[in-house]
Amino acid sequence: MNVVSPIKPRTAKDYASNQEVRWCPGCGDYAILKAVQKTLADLAADPARTVFVSGIGCSSRFPYYMATYGFHTIHGRAPAIATGVKLANPDLDVWIVTGDGDALSIGGNHLLHLLRRNVDVQLLLFNNEIYGLTKGQYSPTSRPGTRSPSSPGGSLDQPVSPASFALGAGARFVARAIDTQKQLVDVLKAAYDHRGASFVEIFQNCIVYNDEVFASFTEKNVAADAQLHVEHGKPLIFGADRRSGVRLSPGRLELETVRIGEDGITEADILVHDATSRPLATMLAALNMPVALGVLYCNPGEPLDAALQRASEGITEPAAAAELNALLRGGDTWTVAS
Amino acid sequence: MTTITLTSPGQHDAAARELLDSVVVRFAGDSGDGIQLTGNRFASVTALAGNDLATFPDFPAEIRAPVGTTYGVSAFQINFGARAIKTSGDAPDVLVALNPAALKVELSRLKPGGIVIIDTGTFTERNLNKAGYTTNPLTDGALAGYRTIEVDVSKLTLEAVRPLGVSKHTALRCKNFWTLGLVYWMFGRDRGVTAEWLKKKFADEPQVGQANIAALDAGHAFGETAEINGDLTGYSVGPAALAPGLYRTITGGEALAWGLVVGAHLAGLKLFFASYPITPASPLLHALAKLRPLGVATFQAEDEIAAVCAAIGASYAGSLGVTSSSGPGIALKGEAMGLAVAAELPLVVVNTQRAGPSTGMPTKTEQSDLMQALYGRHGESPVAVLAARAPFDCFDTAIEAVRIATKFMIPVIILSDGYIANAAQPWRIPAVEKMTPFPVRFRTDPENFEPYARDPQTLARPWAVPGTPGLEHRLGGLEKDSLTGAISYDPANHQRMTDTRAAKLDRIAEDIPPQTVEAGPDSGPLAVVGWGSTYGPINRAVTSLIERGYNVAHIHLHHLCPLPRNLGELLRRYDHVLVPEMNKGQLVTLLRANYLVPAEGLNKISGQPFKIGEIEAAVLARLEQTAK
Repeated sequence: MNVVSPIKPRTAKDYASNQEVRWCPGCGDYAILKAVQKTLADLAADPARTVFVSGIGCSSRFPYYMATYGFHTIHGRAPAIATGVKLANPDLDVWIVTGDGDALSIGGNHLLHLLRRNVDVQLLLFNNEIYGLTKGQYSPTSRPGTRSPSSPGGSLDQPVSPASFALGAGARFVARAIDTQKQLVDVLKAAYDHRGASFVEIFQNCIVYNDEVFASFTEKNVAADAQLHVEHGKPLIFGADRRSGVRLSPGRLELETVRIGEDGITEADILVHDATSRPLATMLAALNMPVALGVLYCNPGEPLDAALQRASEGITEPAAAAELNALLRGGDTWTVAS
Repeated sequence: MTTITLTSPGQHDAAARELLDSVVVRFAGDSGDGIQLTGNRFASVTALAGNDLATFPDFPAEIRAPVGTTYGVSAFQINFGARAIKTSGDAPDVLVALNPAALKVELSRLKPGGIVIIDTGTFTERNLNKAGYTTNPLTDGALAGYRTIEVDVSKLTLEAVRPLGVSKHTALRCKNFWTLGLVYWMFGRDRGVTAEWLKKKFADEPQVGQANIAALDAGHAFGETAEINGDLTGYSVGPAALAPGLYRTITGGEALAWGLVVGAHLAGLKLFFASYPITPASPLLHALAKLRPLGVATFQAEDEIAAVCAAIGASYAGSLGVTSSSGPGIALKGEAMGLAVAAELPLVVVNTQRAGPSTGMPTKTEQSDLMQALYGRHGESPVAVLAARAPFDCFDTAIEAVRIATKFMIPVIILSDGYIANAAQPWRIPAVEKMTPFPVRFRTDPENFEPYARDPQTLARPWAVPGTPGLEHRLGGLEKDSLTGAISYDPANHQRMTDTRAAKLDRIAEDIPPQTVEAGPDSGPLAVVGWGSTYGPINRAVTSLIERGYNVAHIHLHHLCPLPRNLGELLRRYDHVLVPEMNKGQLVTLLRANYLVPAEGLNKISGQPFKIGEIEAAVLARLEQTAK
């Protein structure tokens, strides 16, 4: 007799561990945690095959709150450890959770190489433009003039743009989202679907040390005019009245914002988003206002783990004793008789 | 004109070769002269002739230093004999100098009365100046006291290969094989194997292969002719009494690579090797990178830290994670090794030591990273430490490291060094199927699973690999609850976890063999205690002193952490303990601190291995002082 047990749809709660979440009340990380749990539920991801790897910082506590496998490692090194995990077992779904200091300061080198190697992982960079866990020093993404305990007179360094860095490093999937926005789930799903290194920058509000740092484009009253949600094949139109758009400046290699219906501009002048165009993604990443959100670039190539598997086809692992004996006996040998 | 000058002519008998028990030959020339290749060919043929042997490649850090300079001199020394060979030899009996710089750098090493073969074709004024000679050593008496064979090798090589029509540049590059041919003749070596090897090596350029063979033959013929004229002596070194079995020559780098592969096989694991290029550790990466057909995954990481981290990630995912470097790189890996200690994952870290501090002397050997291996991490961060004593020993050491790492869920450091990594020795090849397996059992049962519930015997926590249903858990570098692995700042828990991590070493100590005595009595006036690559010179010095009637023992440590549990008791049975080390006294400090024994150091930090004579002299001085 066949007993067919109905498949119970998974819910976000199925992906929450029993650990009490210990971020500051009001932290953007809560919203991201919920979005990730919902994403996994929607994808019906297998918790046993899902691994979250993190570095150090507020964001990196993330794995403790997931009912999956998790490895909270050391500062900046999550991409390197995740590379080892994925290469050792390509069947695992590997997610990296990191922050702006973890990924772009102490771990900048590893991020560069993870992206150019195109290891099939999802990397979520929680960018709050500040060091939270060490109590508020300016970070590599802080804007010049950021006042902090380590820059009382205002920071002097120029910041790095995470999305531009990722594109420069050769990333084949670069997306952006805001912590509290529902589109985050769509971006996470697209990242999951992309085979190769998926880089997602999430604007995450640090309520204690850098509150409202993204308010200029995340506040409700400005959002529609300050956010450009890009979609492959759709015109780059935004604004509360949906009459603002982005076009290529005539005679110059840069984007400009125009108003449809003004100065002879029609919808036909507006650029259509091509997520496979690296030059367009590079210009969108550099756009200050509006801020481009969604999948800026998606142009899959063979991931390193897949290349390694391909190169290892037909190899039985681990090697049999006979093969090892042949290795040890290769080359010149001689026998000493008893 | 070719001249053979014998400044102190000996007995010459064209019919009979002079029988020798053992010989040290040193090849030296410009780093572009193919000295290492020549030396390796000679070693291979010598091994096939049944001699025991040990080699010592001694090359500069510069890939191609300016031609003809003293700092561009590359050398290869081989000691071979009809008896057991323990070191690459103190002073060479025969020196081959392919240019003035090589003569300048190497001549002082040669034994008084030793033979020096000189390529006079390179002794131009320009080359003499580059080597720093103000007068020509061939004529100014510098070679008095040596037997010299002065040959215009360059010219004779050009003549020998002329019929093959190769360029002058290619022709001159054959002169190392001309020299090798002469040395083959000197020691009655067969050329066939080398000719076959050359054909294979130059399969794509058969003309170049033939040119080298012609040079080899010409050098050999030169020896024969000279012998007939009574100018040159041939020697014979009989086969050594090696234990029966199938042999090959092996370098420490190869032995380590193969030991890791066989160790992973015995554990039933995939080997994942992550490394960043560094001298002198890279040969291990090269050796393993060739073994993908055997299921070995190698990963050339972006830096030392990424290499160890990728290895840790691979271990976490159920492979055997291994990383390798030399001292500077090991320093960078320190923090991540602490993570492996906290996460209690197996990890093997190979340190092929080199002279430090900082960049130091990358191609020169030293044993100065013992304290780094034992203590070079923040926090209480115990790991097991093993040291290989010789090239052949690297194989067993690697397997032992894999066994300890997987049985006790702990990182293990293997200490090798630049000398061991590059030196070659004969090795009796084991049968893999006859070795004792130690299969790893991953945790699969979700029933009562706790990430830090321990095996009562080994204190190892379960290895629960991602992908296993029902065992989803979180690991990390934060202190963990001693059962659940959840983050814990509880004071008593931290004490318990720190004590438990340390106690693992005690359990390993119960698992490893007790310390034995290599040579000499198990009590008495003096024990010479060593670790790592000082094995050869200590053992040869002590055994020869014992043969001469002296009361001295040799103890050599394989396990440096934990130390064998009987070591303190053993050392206390000797009145004196002498510890030769290529550092400022690291093991001696450890022995004094652990056992309160009056151990004394014998320290050499020159980038060169100990000579047998240096250890003999120190032992004799110590015995003499004791007798007073």
